[in-house]
Amino acid sequence: MEEFIRETLSFFSRNEELIYFIVLSVFVGVEVIGGVPTVLHTPLMSGANAIHGVVIVGAIYVMLNVSPDDTIALILGFLAVLLGTLNVVGGFVVTDRMLEMFKKKK
Amino acid sequence: MKSHLLEICYLIGSITFIIGLKMMGNAKTARKGNLIGAAGMTIAILGTIFLFNKTVVVDGVQQPYKVPYMIYGLIFGAILLGTIIGWMTAKKVQMTKMPELVSMFNGMGGACAALIGLMEYGHNVGHVGPLIAIVAGLVIGSVSFSGSIIAFLKLNGTMNKPIRLPAYNVLNTLVMVAVLGVSGWFVYASGDAGNSSMIETGADGRAHASSFAMIMLYVIFAAALVYGIMFTVPIGGADMPVVISLLNSFTGLAAAFGGFLYDNKVMLTGGILVGSAGTLLTLVMCKAMNRPLSNVIFGAFGGGGATAAGSDVKGSIKDIQVSDLAVLMNYSKKVVIVPGYGLAVAQAQHVIHELEMLLEERGVEVKYAIHPVAGRMPGHMNVLLAESNVAYEKLVEMDEINPELEQTDVVLVVGANDVVNPAAKTDPSSPIYGMPILEVDKAKNIIINKRSMSAGYAGIDNLLFYDPKASMFFGDAKKALTELVAELKTM
Repeated sequence: MEEFIRETLSFFSRNEELIYFIVLSVFVGVEVIGGVPTVLHTPLMSGANAIHGVVIVGAIYVMLNVSPDDTIALILGFLAVLLGTLNVVGGFVVTDRMLEMFKKKK
Repeated sequence: MKSHLLEICYLIGSITFIIGLKMMGNAKTARKGNLIGAAGMTIAILGTIFLFNKTVVVDGVQQPYKVPYMIYGLIFGAILLGTIIGWMTAKKVQMTKMPELVSMFNGMGGACAALIGLMEYGHNVGHVGPLIAIVAGLVIGSVSFSGSIIAFLKLNGTMNKPIRLPAYNVLNTLVMVAVLGVSGWFVYASGDAGNSSMIETGADGRAHASSFAMIMLYVIFAAALVYGIMFTVPIGGADMPVVISLLNSFTGLAAAFGGFLYDNKVMLTGGILVGSAGTLLTLVMCKAMNRPLSNVIFGAFGGGGATAAGSDVKGSIKDIQVSDLAVLMNYSKKVVIVPGYGLAVAQAQHVIHELEMLLEERGVEVKYAIHPVAGRMPGHMNVLLAESNVAYEKLVEMDEINPELEQTDVVLVVGANDVVNPAAKTDPSSPIYGMPILEVDKAKNIIINKRSMSAGYAGIDNLLFYDPKASMFFGDAKKALTELVAELKTM
């Protein structure tokens, strides 16, 4: 138990900057969305949806580290990259289509 | 050198996400904002692939690690395949199907985060910090994935009735607590480097997860998937936008945990931005429907009791013929159209625009009243009408149009139901009680176009149909409106 607590605490102190970073990002997220008109809620949700596709970066990173003999990891990694790409590409394209319609009329 | 460049790529990515999201909050800059975000994403992805560097020790000498070409092949293959499928689906989908698709893509992101957790666990046993991020990402990603798939099926109509197990609230909470509890124990147990039931030392002298630990990992994965289903299944279709928005912020959170794991700034910024912005958006949507989030998740909606409550107020229902309606509209001064999802389903957005132009030519003032949750998502109706070239300023939001309704001669409700149901104001037993509505009952004439007398999406009866000023104009929206336009042209 003591080991566990020590490990947890040291993790937090080693990552102090990261934790500040997280707290500040939360506020940026709230600020950025504040006061958006209702009409833009759907495209905004869709755009945000595309942005969390950034998780693909993690998937690619895992994949680059996979040992070539580890078939299960290769399959899982391939799937992860594929799904992440769907999220990113589909998300941005569908958002663009929605917003295209707003642009036609001023 | 490479790693510094990579940091810069991630910095650019992070900044574009913030700027992109900010620009998307304004109708004029929104499209550019989306493209800026996409550009930043591309830079981050390409940087990750091409600027990857790692050193390994071979025979006591540090050497750069060469990634096998086969792995590059798999990565590019996956990206290529994903791009083609994602692009085609997004381009081909009909505007009415948009919310489903957003939900589906959200699920894909969640699944991606969950898979990362599955793959990374084995490499990190014995270290609590990374394990927290891995298991959290796995659980949240899985909930988001299975929840989004259910939301997709519900919006799609494949699963249109809320399914409720007995005492589902208690059951769901129990499952949630169990998943969280087991995950916590799992992180604790496998974070302890001396725990031999979880960690074994392999032939190469490195720590590996035991087969028991691996089985537990998959058990947690499965349990989180089940919880995602249980979480979404009882929620009615009308509340799906809120659920999708919530799951969207979950996926953001899962991505952020990935960033925490790798100390990767772009994943952190992207994930947290979406997590916090998504949560705020969810709350804003709930506010638009005047229902607290807890009510959406735990509350019953569209139950059978409501129909019974409204049934004693039943009066008679009138219907109106197309020729009478044409005369009525032709001699009106002001007409307000209330579009709903029914209009979208019938693909009647072009005909309604034609009707609007025809009436305007004859000097009738025409406006559209847009309820914040008209359609299946906030702003969905605006997108649909914009598609058929309806002028932006003709679309009036609820708070602005409500005071004008008293001077309106004809309100034409097309395929909308719950958003004009006066029960929201008058009947405390109604499930939609308290939701702000378009007060169309103030207008001089109310015409309701519907296919049949069936209830709306929330599954409740509408008192408006029994209003003495109301007349029903039965028929498929597109067909009925086309007839109306034809009739008007002869006058």
